[in-house]
Amino acid sequence: MDTKKTTFDSRLLPYLLLAPQLFITLVFFIWPAAQAVKSSFEREDPFGLSTTFVGLLHYQRLFEDPNYIDALIRTAVFAVSVTALSMVLGLAFAAAVDRLTRTGRVYTTLLVWPYAVAPVVAGVLWWFLFNSTTGLMPFLLQKAGIRWDHDLNGTQAMILIIIAAAWKQVSYNFLFFLAGLQSVPQSLMEAAAIDGSGPVKRFFTISLPLLSPTTFFLFIINVNYTMFDTFPIVDATTVGGPAQATTTLVYKVYQDGYLGLNLGSSSAQSVLLMMIVMVLTFVQFRYVERRVQY
Amino acid sequence: MVENRPFLTFLTHAFLILGFAVVALPVYVAIIASTHDIATLMSGPVPLWPGSHLIENYSMILTSASAANGLPNYSHMALNSLIMAVVITIGKISISILSAFAIVYFRFPFRQLAFWIIFVTLMLPVEVRIMPTYKIVADLGMLNSWAGLTIPLIASATATFLFRQFFMTIPDEMLEAARVDGAGPMKFFRDILLPLSRTNIGALCVILFIYGWVQYLWPLLVTTDPGYYTLMMGMKRMVTVQDGVIQWQLVMAGSVLAMLPPILIVIFMQRLFIRGLTETEK
Amino acid sequence: MAGIKIAGVSKVYAGGVKAVNSVSIDIADGEFIVLVGPSGCGKSTLLRMVAGLEAISDGEVSIGGRVVNRMEPAERDIAMVFQNYALYPHMTVYQNLAYGLKNRGTPKAEIDARVAEAARMLEITQYLERKPRALSGGQRQRVAMGRAIVRKPAAFLFDEPLSNLDAKLRVSMRGEIKRLQRRLGTTSIYVTHDQLEAMTLADRLVVLNGGRIEQIGSPLEVYHAPASTFVASFIGSPAMNLVSGELHGNRLAIGPAVIELGAEAPASGPVTVGIRAEDLHPAREGEAVLPFAVDYVEELGAQRLVHGQVGDQMLTVALSPEIAIGEQLSLAIDPARLHFFAVDGGKRIGKGSVPAGVAAPVVQPV
Repeated sequence: MDTKKTTFDSRLLPYLLLAPQLFITLVFFIWPAAQAVKSSFEREDPFGLSTTFVGLLHYQRLFEDPNYIDALIRTAVFAVSVTALSMVLGLAFAAAVDRLTRTGRVYTTLLVWPYAVAPVVAGVLWWFLFNSTTGLMPFLLQKAGIRWDHDLNGTQAMILIIIAAAWKQVSYNFLFFLAGLQSVPQSLMEAAAIDGSGPVKRFFTISLPLLSPTTFFLFIINVNYTMFDTFPIVDATTVGGPAQATTTLVYKVYQDGYLGLNLGSSSAQSVLLMMIVMVLTFVQFRYVERRVQY
Repeated sequence: MVENRPFLTFLTHAFLILGFAVVALPVYVAIIASTHDIATLMSGPVPLWPGSHLIENYSMILTSASAANGLPNYSHMALNSLIMAVVITIGKISISILSAFAIVYFRFPFRQLAFWIIFVTLMLPVEVRIMPTYKIVADLGMLNSWAGLTIPLIASATATFLFRQFFMTIPDEMLEAARVDGAGPMKFFRDILLPLSRTNIGALCVILFIYGWVQYLWPLLVTTDPGYYTLMMGMKRMVTVQDGVIQWQLVMAGSVLAMLPPILIVIFMQRLFIRGLTETEK
Repeated sequence: MAGIKIAGVSKVYAGGVKAVNSVSIDIADGEFIVLVGPSGCGKSTLLRMVAGLEAISDGEVSIGGRVVNRMEPAERDIAMVFQNYALYPHMTVYQNLAYGLKNRGTPKAEIDARVAEAARMLEITQYLERKPRALSGGQRQRVAMGRAIVRKPAAFLFDEPLSNLDAKLRVSMRGEIKRLQRRLGTTSIYVTHDQLEAMTLADRLVVLNGGRIEQIGSPLEVYHAPASTFVASFIGSPAMNLVSGELHGNRLAIGPAVIELGAEAPASGPVTVGIRAEDLHPAREGEAVLPFAVDYVEELGAQRLVHGQVGDQMLTVALSPEIAIGEQLSLAIDPARLHFFAVDGGKRIGKGSVPAGVAAPVVQPV
């Protein structure tokens, strides 16, 4: 890692400058994470007086617990659905706005603000829209012969949180895709037009391939977002239900640990989640290195 | 645009307008619902046009409504949210810019280690270490306090990396000229680095204010005293009524108010917002 | 006002790379010294050690009699002009000039007076309230100069200050730097890789190569008596011709040609012979002839450069455009203008001197 050619000579000052950040990081990030790893290998007696080392017992139990496996699969479905939905819409909006030179900025403004809506508010808004007694959507769906009640139907509850989570994320994907599209050299487009390809063909044969780094980057970011930042949506609307149908991995850690006080299992779940984030972060930064190179 | 195709342009506009309509739908419905009384809302699907209870609902929520659910006053919660967002924003920017300054402009033992420690925070969101973090905050006696609400959130790898990236683009000669001009490290930081970072600080302010404003899980964990409730926690309390009906008109009025500050910031500071968003994710 | 003494200074980087190798230069008060050499020769490193931006591995630098090795740049009483100007972009021109003075606690009234004086001298008074980005390259360069001048330092250090300017501006700024330095009489060290800039600016040139000094001398000394083949080929344009020849008694053989030296040669056996392009002329009656096969001609207007071969060795000749050129030319040279270098190591053989007929340098008005 590089510094400047010349630097200040001071022995104490850099440590003072770093102290607040390092202190908070060590106390509130690294220490708790280490604790989670430690207690994932231990069992506490019911009175919290003594702990015994139990090895991989908690992990073993987790993978034998159908509830956990279900939550794992459910989270994967949730993450992939939200990512796919919000990325496709984000790309479509970006491609449309990119075509417009004068009015593009207006549409950008009209499409970016959902990013600023808190997840919990987003959840409540969609929950209300789909509410079985007062909601607009169940009323419309009924006309199409579909009975909507996300308080009873697990699949519908999952669809609800997917929509709420994707809605909030479209603007983010839109902005990154738009930036990506706008950095495609105009001369390339002109060359392709002279070669006789129309706007639609140009989009699929030139813009889209050139966007692949952006797409990959957004994929990682979106999976990360769906796994970790959607907690408020679930907690404010379905509370993980009905019948665990919307209990994601993060929500389960919260339920088992904070509400259920099952420390060992919750720690093991935390450690598994950490490993997932590490993989995602690693992949993301590997990719960023590549992007910096060209 | 490479060539002129009026029909395709028309389709583009139509698609974007439709898209906006769908995206804006839940917010539109929320605004409409916040202008009706509960009887209208419970009698069927939400009307599509505004009702006549706007002033009543909003004055209710701003003055007394929330007390019913054991919540503090709405404006009290709004103030809490504001304090939390502002403290987190200032805190994150301050400690990150100082860290980046140390890492870029000094050479010292364990510099690499410090960098990696900061980097690791990226891999440890609150969501994956709920219990042990709660425990340490409890052990330090920081539950139900402003310190507990904000300090654990102000470590920031992304802001540190953003500043580091930016400092690396400042020519080395700037530091050398300042040294020849007799500026020590902190003078250089204050007179040169800080003013040059203005735009980046502005962009981060927008992003981090939103980040602080929408915090949900953390306040939920560390506060039980209603005096520290933020708007986001209030939202949840308002919709989890044990018995009786949810006061949807008030919930929606509350949602609209809770959305307003960050949305206005994004719209009116769009350039800083976009810059902040795209720069911090590199 | 002060002289600078550089005594046995070396720079060793981590890993043992020796960027500057035991360099000693005595710079008199008010002297304009130019450090010149190809990139990587250590000239910038040496300057930065004098400035205090780079630690000195070995040796001693003193400015005005004070050893400054352990002093901060600001304490050394120097000012520096950087290649990219390094103006503070968020400050106005005035603030840029005043910053160093303010840091030293200079009273406001004096800052105003000094800035006004420097601005007048550099003709940037009307830009004082502008930010650097609203200025052209040449104006920025002046501001960078101004920042050095206001401080009234013991020495100016210039690190390739003109290389970001276009060719025309470079020439006029060159003149301006020289004029200012004469007028202020401030000791200056100037780093450049451009030999023409070095020749035109320097009181004395220091030619560096691979971290070592090849030669120190006035521009004319260095031009007319280069100490090595490196200096010979680096200073002067076109570069001095270097061909192999053989000395025997008082005769020199270059390929097929033999030249009578008129005096005993300073050595015997194979040598590298240096010939300036302008020292060759068409042979007159009775002169020893170098048969020259013309390859091609470059027209420069005032003169033409004729490239060709003597035997199988390449040679460039500068001739007046009045001289007709065929496929073959018979050239001759005044033996006093020949330079001899050892084949091994390239060191000069025999004393050189500024030849008779070269007038003393024009005395600059101070």
